[in-house]
Amino acid sequence: MKTGFYPGCSMKGSAREYSESLLAVARLLGRELPEVPDWNCCGATAAHNLDRDLALALPARILAAAEKAGMDEVLVPCAACYSRLSVTRHELLEDDALRARISGLIEADYRGTARVINILEWLAGVDGLEGLIKTPFARKVACYYGCLLVRPAGIVKFDRPEEPQSMDRLMKRIGAEPLDWAFKTECCGAGFSVSRTDLVARLSGLILEDAVSRGAEAVIVACPMCHLNLDLRRPNIEKSSHKKIAIPVIYVTQAIGLALGIAPKKLGLQRHKVAVKFAAAPSSGTLKDADPSAGISKSGEV
Amino acid sequence: MSRGPDSPHDRRVLADRVLERTGVDVARCYQCGKCSAGCPLAADMDFPPSQIMHLLQLADFPEFAELALRSHTIWLCLTCELCFCRCPMELDIPKLMDALRYESRAQKKVNPKARDIIAFHRAFLDSVRYTGRLFEMGQVVDYKLRSGHFLQDMLQAPWMFFAGKLHLLPERVRDRRLLKRMFAKTLKAKESRP
Repeated sequence: MKTGFYPGCSMKGSAREYSESLLAVARLLGRELPEVPDWNCCGATAAHNLDRDLALALPARILAAAEKAGMDEVLVPCAACYSRLSVTRHELLEDDALRARISGLIEADYRGTARVINILEWLAGVDGLEGLIKTPFARKVACYYGCLLVRPAGIVKFDRPEEPQSMDRLMKRIGAEPLDWAFKTECCGAGFSVSRTDLVARLSGLILEDAVSRGAEAVIVACPMCHLNLDLRRPNIEKSSHKKIAIPVIYVTQAIGLALGIAPKKLGLQRHKVAVKFAAAPSSGTLKDADPSAGISKSGEV
Repeated sequence: MSRGPDSPHDRRVLADRVLERTGVDVARCYQCGKCSAGCPLAADMDFPPSQIMHLLQLADFPEFAELALRSHTIWLCLTCELCFCRCPMELDIPKLMDALRYESRAQKKVNPKARDIIAFHRAFLDSVRYTGRLFEMGQVVDYKLRSGHFLQDMLQAPWMFFAGKLHLLPERVRDRRLLKRMFAKTLKAKESRP
């Protein structure tokens, strides 16, 4: 089984710590993740909003390159890219005429042999993770899946579309306590981060406030868009919700990396806008256990 | 004279064109309103998703379909897939929204409030067309020029640069010519059509 890696554009730029932490964890687990050769952008929201053929051709070129390199599956850690690649594979396998037309556009024969998997699927397949843990990640966490890891259910066929569990299970495996909360799969505003920052600030603010009110010490994410909106957009969120919100947002691979004893710097934790003040184990006794306002500072107004 | 699905000369009603394009049959919608109840941006839309469906259902009144094409809603839709997920008739509303966006642009009926959103998409795809990958720095500059929002996020950029998140040079794919041809046959071909 050969697994290819599709980083996508954001993991090379604004979300490079996601890639750094994933590769650090993969190295420690002895898993190789060769990149899909000469991969291109998946087209993201922009392509499918403006042109259907382009929105299918860009991911099809990536998948065809993976097939050509003999990859049986492609790991797509960005949930947004994962969605575009999954939807493309689904649509092209359903419709031979469309597949022929898109193959013409990418000047390669796309067959659909390489499966598309997300980060949670890949991590769930890692055996013996428990045995490698150095310091359990003993934190109360809110697992935030966002929209596109679990939807549309008929296409991604992964976990439950409402109240998914795979990330919660993974967090339990590294010693964390996943909390029950209401915003697991609510949208953060995704691609509107620049063009409609006001909407992103509002939607992301609701997510963070619920996580904080349940007593979470961190929000765990598996998508660069979600991270961008919840972390980098924090000043906009605080302005919009008139509160200081201190809860850090951590990639699932960073949480696992910390539990495996990888240095925070190698996991890119220093690149976050909202400081991550803990390494792995809680500093004894100072845990604000049941305090529902743990993440929101009392000083209040921004 | 082109009579394709985007053509203004296509005399079929919008609901039929959408059905042909997406397989979504708006007649099956029984207006339960679950899509609008779950939509994270329903309150910001001029017509929530269920009303867009209703506008398309009233095929005898083309002025209603016209309202859908001119709506702000179709550009505010985030494609979060919640409506599709909860629709009891399993209607792929996000896919329908895509089809309405194409038609709205082809017929030059884009809602003026969607200007920034489309400017961002255009800047994004321009970056991909030239380099094959998104060049975040270049895209933001391009977006500022298109939207006129020059000062937005000015304080964010230096921070991102020092955090190592913003690159000054683009990453490029090797086969950029193929990428150019792909764009020429899709987005560009449609936009240059009279």
